[in-house]
Amino acid sequence: MNMCGIVGLFLKDKALEPHLGEMLTSMLVTMTDRGPDSAGIAIYGGESNGRSKMTVQAAGPDAAFAGLAKSLSAAIGAEVKVAVKSTHAILDIPTGSTQRIRTALQELNPDIRLMSRGDSLEIYKEVGLPKDVAAQFDLAKMSGTHGIGHTRMATESAVTTMGAHPFNTGDDQCLVHNGSLSNHNSLRRKLRREGIHIETENDTEVGAAYLTWQMQNGASLGEALESSLDDLDGFFTFVVGTKDGFGVVRDPIACKPAVMAETDQYVAFGSEYRALVDLPGIENARVWEPEPATVYFWSHNAVPTSTEKAA
Amino acid sequence: MQTIDLQEIGLRELNKTLHAQAADTNQTAWEIVNPKGAHAIACGLDAPIEVTVKGSTGYYCAGMNQQATVNIHGSAGPGTGENIMSGKIVIEGDASQYLGATGHGGLIVVKGNASSRCGISMKGVNIVVQGSVGHMSAFMGQSGNLVVCGDAGDALGDSCYEARFFVRGTVKSLGADCEKKEMRPEHIEILKGLLDEAGIDANPAEFTRYGSARTLYNFDVDNAGAY
Repeated sequence: MNMCGIVGLFLKDKALEPHLGEMLTSMLVTMTDRGPDSAGIAIYGGESNGRSKMTVQAAGPDAAFAGLAKSLSAAIGAEVKVAVKSTHAILDIPTGSTQRIRTALQELNPDIRLMSRGDSLEIYKEVGLPKDVAAQFDLAKMSGTHGIGHTRMATESAVTTMGAHPFNTGDDQCLVHNGSLSNHNSLRRKLRREGIHIETENDTEVGAAYLTWQMQNGASLGEALESSLDDLDGFFTFVVGTKDGFGVVRDPIACKPAVMAETDQYVAFGSEYRALVDLPGIENARVWEPEPATVYFWSHNAVPTSTEKAA
Repeated sequence: MQTIDLQEIGLRELNKTLHAQAADTNQTAWEIVNPKGAHAIACGLDAPIEVTVKGSTGYYCAGMNQQATVNIHGSAGPGTGENIMSGKIVIEGDASQYLGATGHGGLIVVKGNASSRCGISMKGVNIVVQGSVGHMSAFMGQSGNLVVCGDAGDALGDSCYEARFFVRGTVKSLGADCEKKEMRPEHIEILKGLLDEAGIDANPAEFTRYGSARTLYNFDVDNAGAY
């Protein structure tokens, strides 16, 4: 994705958690001129005890989601709850049943598309102006610990829901991208031979699939991002969401803009400073550009890994 | 002093007002509040006025500047001072990538750090950075001076022509055809003048000069295999 806008917000101050959706939505809408084609947001809403979540999407939600809870519950022999939000639905499922639900969905209705899976991650994305997409899902009312968002100006593939960002890369993991990958066709063929499912002709989906494949082979997210610097050809600023926080990496040329801000209350990412101006205390925040070819992480983990920075 | 609230009047109206100032205007001091990282603030000025932006700016602030002095009391976004012809830009914070790209004249001062591609394709502009500059700075620099009081990133001065680079700290790597040069008395003089004009207190003797080795100026048949 060439132009595009990226935003990310990681909260350190719990008092801000009820306002996460509102703050991220404002940041996202500011980035409309960078990407008016479509928009998406990944939001991490804390723990769900012994339950997991899947976000699914359907072009005709009324028909697709009617009776879905009942049919899925019957298919896996355990309770599945369905909360519909416009074209998306959040499935509340028993932890460990993701694969069975996926299989059941394919049999029940192949037109239902999987947006995300994990314990706390929800992804909402659609074609349209960022403000309309945000309103469609009532994003401003959502609370959470951290989230990332993307506004898209398409260059490498069609403007569709599945071509919008964020892309789910694994349980509770997702990726947004500003830039364009030039070796995505050969890499897509390679990853498909390795058995990785890639749905579209989109370059970023290949980037996301690449990270998934690396992590399936034992790499940590940090290691997967490090190796992306060698294996991905093209321009990219990536922001990745994880269950505990988010990470940022830029290609060595670093043409695609990136600004970060940190205060005692939050760490924020924006394609431009403009996206950050309404955050509380921004006047006194530490504001800087992330270095090229350097992986950054912020985590809620009390004991961060060597590549992570504790909040 | 004229004060303009950018959020109230909008960018077009702001720039129109500044463009309307003639060479002999009495309104020489302008203050812009609430810039909020907006693009193209105070672009294309051509009068001896002084504009102070109270906050951080987005893309292309003070681009194509002639005669005017633009002070940015914050950090500046990508492409600030692009194609500056004359006048002065002073950035109190950091500058983002390609500061002063293709600039023909004038002076740009950065009190913080400048990012990648600082002074790319400079054609006569002088840039003085109190902190450090990022990778590929002064790429294809043709004329003018880049002064770095901190360190320079990778590939400084790649494929440069006759621009001069003065660096006080370390240079991570030199670009193709850029080399270390002797610091002669005339260079100390030039550097001293630039530091004085920028209002930066630094000893010119602590700097190293870099410039073109001039081996890429003409086609060399031994390089034919590279094309």
